[in-house]
Amino acid sequence: MSAVMITRKVRKWEKLPGKNTFCCDGRVMMARQKGVFYLTLFLIVGTCALFFAFECPYLAIHLSPTIPVFAVVLFLFVMAMLLRTSFSDPGVLPRALPEEASFIEMEIEAANGNVPAGQRPPPRIRNVQINNQIVKLKYCYTCKIFRPPRASHCSICDNCVDRFDHHCPWVGNCVGKRNYRFFYLFTLSLSLLTIYIFTFDIVHVVMQNHAGSFLISLKMCASTVLEVLVCFFTLWSVVGLTGFHTYLISLNQTTNEDIKGSWSGKNRVQNPYSHKNIMKNCSEILCGPTYPSVLDRRGVMQDDSPSLTTPATPSSTSDSTVPQTTKPTAPLIPNEQTPDDAKPSIAASTEISTSLTEEGEESAAHRVPPLASPETDAEASIAKAAAQ
Amino acid sequence: MATEFHNLQELRHSASLVNKVFVQRDYSEGTTCKFQTKFPSELESRVERTLFEDTVKTLNNFYAEAEKIGAHSYLEACVACGTAYLIFLCMETRYEKVLKKIAKYIQEQNEKVYAPRGLLITDPIDRGMRVIEISIYEDRGSSGSSSASSSMSGSTAR
Repeated sequence: MSAVMITRKVRKWEKLPGKNTFCCDGRVMMARQKGVFYLTLFLIVGTCALFFAFECPYLAIHLSPTIPVFAVVLFLFVMAMLLRTSFSDPGVLPRALPEEASFIEMEIEAANGNVPAGQRPPPRIRNVQINNQIVKLKYCYTCKIFRPPRASHCSICDNCVDRFDHHCPWVGNCVGKRNYRFFYLFTLSLSLLTIYIFTFDIVHVVMQNHAGSFLISLKMCASTVLEVLVCFFTLWSVVGLTGFHTYLISLNQTTNEDIKGSWSGKNRVQNPYSHKNIMKNCSEILCGPTYPSVLDRRGVMQDDSPSLTTPATPSSTSDSTVPQTTKPTAPLIPNEQTPDDAKPSIAASTEISTSLTEEGEESAAHRVPPLASPETDAEASIAKAAAQ
Repeated sequence: MATEFHNLQELRHSASLVNKVFVQRDYSEGTTCKFQTKFPSELESRVERTLFEDTVKTLNNFYAEAEKIGAHSYLEACVACGTAYLIFLCMETRYEKVLKKIAKYIQEQNEKVYAPRGLLITDPIDRGMRVIEISIYEDRGSSGSSSASSSMSGSTAR
């Protein structure tokens, strides 16, 4: 065995769970399937290239040079917003480290008490009061956390995303808290660009045929036909999508909540996140703070070296592998406020901890409560349907 | 109060971890970042309630300042949108500035208040802003936990 320790810098993104692809040494984060994203890029760049090559010279000379200039500015803005949406972290919540997962697991088991064998244990739900409304927080079996309000697990990317809106294949990424405003600005600016190109294509055709009879000398070169076709079909979908998201923003709802009907219906809880004021809702989403990424992608991981005995540190740059047991003391009320005397304690003992973690994993795999895992799949399928 | 004295270096390198407590998020006012100020029972013998509550309240105030929507955030949003968000390549966002202040505050609190009592607070950003993790180290002053901690001192060494 070599005594030399190999010190290769391993960045945290290389060890992140989930089905994301990372580029540029962790700076870029996308979903695995990028085919539709390349199509989006191709359509936008291709159509704009045709417009700049064939329409703009004519329009610049015969109408005004500001037309292509504005088109360039709009095109650059669209590309910037698209790339920002696609490449940024949507608000992925990191999975719980082993101690936190065991802590939560023991709280749940203490709260459920003794379940008779053969009976399904109750679903893992925590009730939380938000602005005087009761909201249920669901437990994520993959990430081993109680999802914060409005978070949801994307099965395509295999991550819990904060303020999950939907997974958009057109941008090749999830749309969540951190990139929702870029996504909205992308759809808005793309609508404007599409309308702009469509309008000036028509203007170009009309002007070229102005002299002679319209029917006889209807000259439309292939590029104009292509542009008009692409813009026509894009218009309906993108403008519609922009309108839909404007509606969602004014009500402070996500696509996920809208589809599931979380806040609609008489007997349901009213949206506790809405400020009941359109301007306030819009300003919160569009002018709110730019949230930082809590997923440390570019941090350096300490390589595990068996020859060195590194002391146990609670620092976050290395995986903490402190083994533990959990001893439930008294049953917990499954809501946010836990009674003082009922906190489970996490002491250390390797044997008991291994058996417990195995039991925990097995139970997570075998016990499928009615609300948790199937809903994850339902959410994902709804998200997929929404994105199409 | 317990008579053990630790400093931050010593905690990180030689003391053995006994327990970890997780302070959860308080969602009563919505999805803004705020932590519960309820005092965990495991810390009763280790730190005064008021000190702990002060720390959590200060952290909550920092996060509220970072997430506040007012003139400053409007200006930042408008300028950023105007530059297609490229301005953040050279400028730090307000949230990042506050996060640096928080990191500094936690470091200072650890050095002055918690390490001498055998405790260590982990910055919530390292735990996905979900929990404040408080690590409890062996209490040399008391005799109760020393047997438990000595049995695991071997297992904590990596």
